[in-house]
Amino acid sequence: MSVLDSKIPEGPIKDKWTNHKNNIKLVNPANKRLIDVIVVGTGLAGGSAAATLAELGYNVKAFCYQDSPRRAHSIAAQGGINAAKNYQGDGDSTYRLFYDTVKGGDYRSREANVYRLAEVSTNIIDQCVAQGVPFARDYGGLLDNRSFGGVQVSRTFYAKGQTGQQLLLGCYSAMSRQIGKGKIKMYNRHEMMDIVKVDGKARGIIARNLITGEIERHSAHAVVIASGGYGNVFFLSTNAMGSNVSAGWKIHKKGAFFANPCYTQIHPTCIPQHGDQQSKLTLMSESLRNDGRIWVPKKKEDAEAVRAGKLRGVDIPEEDRDYYLERRYPSFGNLVPRDVASRAAKERCDAGYGVGTNESGEAVYLDFSAAIMRYGQEQANIHGEHDASEARVRELGEDVVEKKYGNLFQMYEKITADNPYKVPMKIYPAVHYTMGGVWVDYNLMTTIKGCYCIGEANFSDHGANRLGASALMQGLADGYFVLPYTIGDYLANDIRTGSISTDSPEFEEAEKSVKDQINFFINNAGTKSVDHFHKRLGKVMWNKVGMARNEQGLKEAIEEIKQIREEFWKEVKVPGVADGMNLELEKAGRVADFLELGELFARDALLRNESCGGHFREEYSTEEGEAMRDDENFTHVSAWEFKGEPSDAVLHVESLVYDNIELKTRSYK
Amino acid sequence: MSGANGLNLTLKVWRQKNDKDKGQMETYQVADISPDSSFLEMMDILNEQLIEEGKEPVAFDHDCREGICGMCSMYINGEAHGPGRGITTCQLHMREFNNGDTIYIEPWRAKAFPVIKDLVVDRSGFDRIMAAGGFVSVNTSGNTQDANAIPIPKADADKAFDAATCIGCGACVASCKNASAMLFVSAKVSQFALLPQGRPEAAERVQNMVKQMDEEGFGNCSNTGACEVECPKGISLENIARMNREYLSSSFKKEEV
Repeated sequence: MSVLDSKIPEGPIKDKWTNHKNNIKLVNPANKRLIDVIVVGTGLAGGSAAATLAELGYNVKAFCYQDSPRRAHSIAAQGGINAAKNYQGDGDSTYRLFYDTVKGGDYRSREANVYRLAEVSTNIIDQCVAQGVPFARDYGGLLDNRSFGGVQVSRTFYAKGQTGQQLLLGCYSAMSRQIGKGKIKMYNRHEMMDIVKVDGKARGIIARNLITGEIERHSAHAVVIASGGYGNVFFLSTNAMGSNVSAGWKIHKKGAFFANPCYTQIHPTCIPQHGDQQSKLTLMSESLRNDGRIWVPKKKEDAEAVRAGKLRGVDIPEEDRDYYLERRYPSFGNLVPRDVASRAAKERCDAGYGVGTNESGEAVYLDFSAAIMRYGQEQANIHGEHDASEARVRELGEDVVEKKYGNLFQMYEKITADNPYKVPMKIYPAVHYTMGGVWVDYNLMTTIKGCYCIGEANFSDHGANRLGASALMQGLADGYFVLPYTIGDYLANDIRTGSISTDSPEFEEAEKSVKDQINFFINNAGTKSVDHFHKRLGKVMWNKVGMARNEQGLKEAIEEIKQIREEFWKEVKVPGVADGMNLELEKAGRVADFLELGELFARDALLRNESCGGHFREEYSTEEGEAMRDDENFTHVSAWEFKGEPSDAVLHVESLVYDNIELKTRSYK
Repeated sequence: MSGANGLNLTLKVWRQKNDKDKGQMETYQVADISPDSSFLEMMDILNEQLIEEGKEPVAFDHDCREGICGMCSMYINGEAHGPGRGITTCQLHMREFNNGDTIYIEPWRAKAFPVIKDLVVDRSGFDRIMAAGGFVSVNTSGNTQDANAIPIPKADADKAFDAATCIGCGACVASCKNASAMLFVSAKVSQFALLPQGRPEAAERVQNMVKQMDEEGFGNCSNTGACEVECPKGISLENIARMNREYLSSSFKKEEV
């Protein structure tokens, strides 16, 4: 168990990062020009890392499977980005952001990493404004903030419901500047197929040109994986269609430990599934919970009537509505953390109070009528319309709500054909984010020397549950402000290495195994499409490894996933050719990896005999249905070492030590 | 979903093996499509069907499927992103069509966007325009000035945001009879021109981006406004006016330098 050295610097928590930066090695500017770094993925983490490393003088090669780095899925993040600026003067501080994040993560994250994240959060906002990111501002011209789940201050910076887009375009513009200078060589429509290790160190990757199908060798002195999360193991999720685990899984198979795979975030406010032909789920930003109230009918017969299409939500009188989050969690109300809100929705729907008129039947209401009237009244007062009619107040209120959430309301209406200004939205939880990921030390290095992992792809900062508006913060913190420093400490030893040859046996062998797999897929005489297997895997994951898990279900899931995997390798059918664009071939490789990850995921969930954050085991809950942690036995990170089959993976444990925060039962009551 | 509401459709789809192939329209039938499905889900169903028949599925670009990544790019019944305003193809739903309809599906057509395969085109010209000047030259340092040091009038910040919402999908180019990229380029020029952070290099930026735009082979703007109509994000023509103003004034400045 001693293989895991998290390399947390000594000293008081508030000085660790500063001292560490002062003590690690630097690479002088002339030597940086002699060093190549590969970055896989161009979302907020990869994009910011690539840009910053290039600014520092390293030669960067960046890879993305999309046709442009600007399309990485960070772009879809809606709500905002946290930073402890305390511009609102509501008592925010680095410590409070640190505390909220550790508590929100249900005391399963590494203190030192989280503190550093909170510390650099303010730099991110400064940096982005300097780049020309158009954050929302108030009438005085200063930056505006809003509030997100699980916290009691307003520290979220935003750009309407498109914050991820604006931040990613900021990153992309920083990258573009370096691409123009030739400091970043950009490989669009390229997928990393494997990592190449030479003498135990990461020295390059094998990539496939997705247009020509050509298999390419790329060498570097270090490899940075920033390939995002693995939520698509569930088939249906809010992730982009192409989001995948493959980069992370390939390095796992070459020696990088994979940590806490079972920590998955099920986001409470998504548009419910409409049917079997559905390809993905759409998130409605958590920011909506600032103003929307969540409810289901109090009476079962009302819920049944709604599901049968005989009754509309708007016609249910106030006294027959159950605002169950406000009822169960009076102090946080509709702004409880995501895991809590999701489970509460499932609980009500399982009990028969769901209002989904779609095929799945599962949905709860997210209602803006109270907010519309409240804002409308405020506007009427401002405009001196003291005896405004109800209709006028509603009109004024709808205008305010439109300004705040217009694009989200429009998106909802496009998908469902319902007007959310007039009738309450219907929402249901969906897979959204994965807190688990590749294990990294304090320097963000994996257990492969010279291979780093940043952003959602790593496991480090969010524990068992991520708070809203913290993913963007972590991605940019890792890429702009952490990795560019810590990677220097490693690369300082490489200034005399010279460029890495791709003619070595290691590259040869890696390339051959990639080609073998591609040839297998193309030549396999199967009968079923890749999606067929992916959908089956997704169903098992959702039903048995989803929002609520139990021992029996997990054991069944492990067996079922194994079976699907065996069948996949016999029966999968991939049409088309290897030496050209082939979208089915791309999917096949990704689903092959999901089929392995899925099993490890279920095993990890089976071994963690407690409920914490996004991991909820039915056996470990109170009578009221609240999660029960087991701090005595599980205050640790579970890091898995690959040994062949997922069932052979060996568990390593990193104990989590809390010196600055007292472990408490998380309560939002 | 299936049964009474399901749509039976005839699809005429552009098929082209690669950039060298001539390409042609092919006809396919799909049956019992749920009106709640998105257009791309309908394409998924077509592809499943083709795979089952032992044929090669239709290649098309798509990723986020929520209207923000800008990857999807189909020309449907003669309109970029199909019927409906303010949406991308992934946000188009089958309820917009009627049972028995014939739907024509083509790639973006523009000299500067060569077809890679079927409905997939090469939009890397946009990336090269961005690399020519679509940025503010500021390094990552951690000690740039405080984000609130320069107040920005809300109206300017909002206008900059509106311009910045461009998703780079290329619908403007595909819709323009001249295949002009002016709406795309002007959105980025405007965003930075409206913000104090973007002013110091405004002149150089507009010159360099326009130069690259011309080199890529995009056409000129003749103020028809089709781009604005088809833009999924409602990017306004005002941006083109602003870019022209910036370009003109920067031309004078250039002589001073």
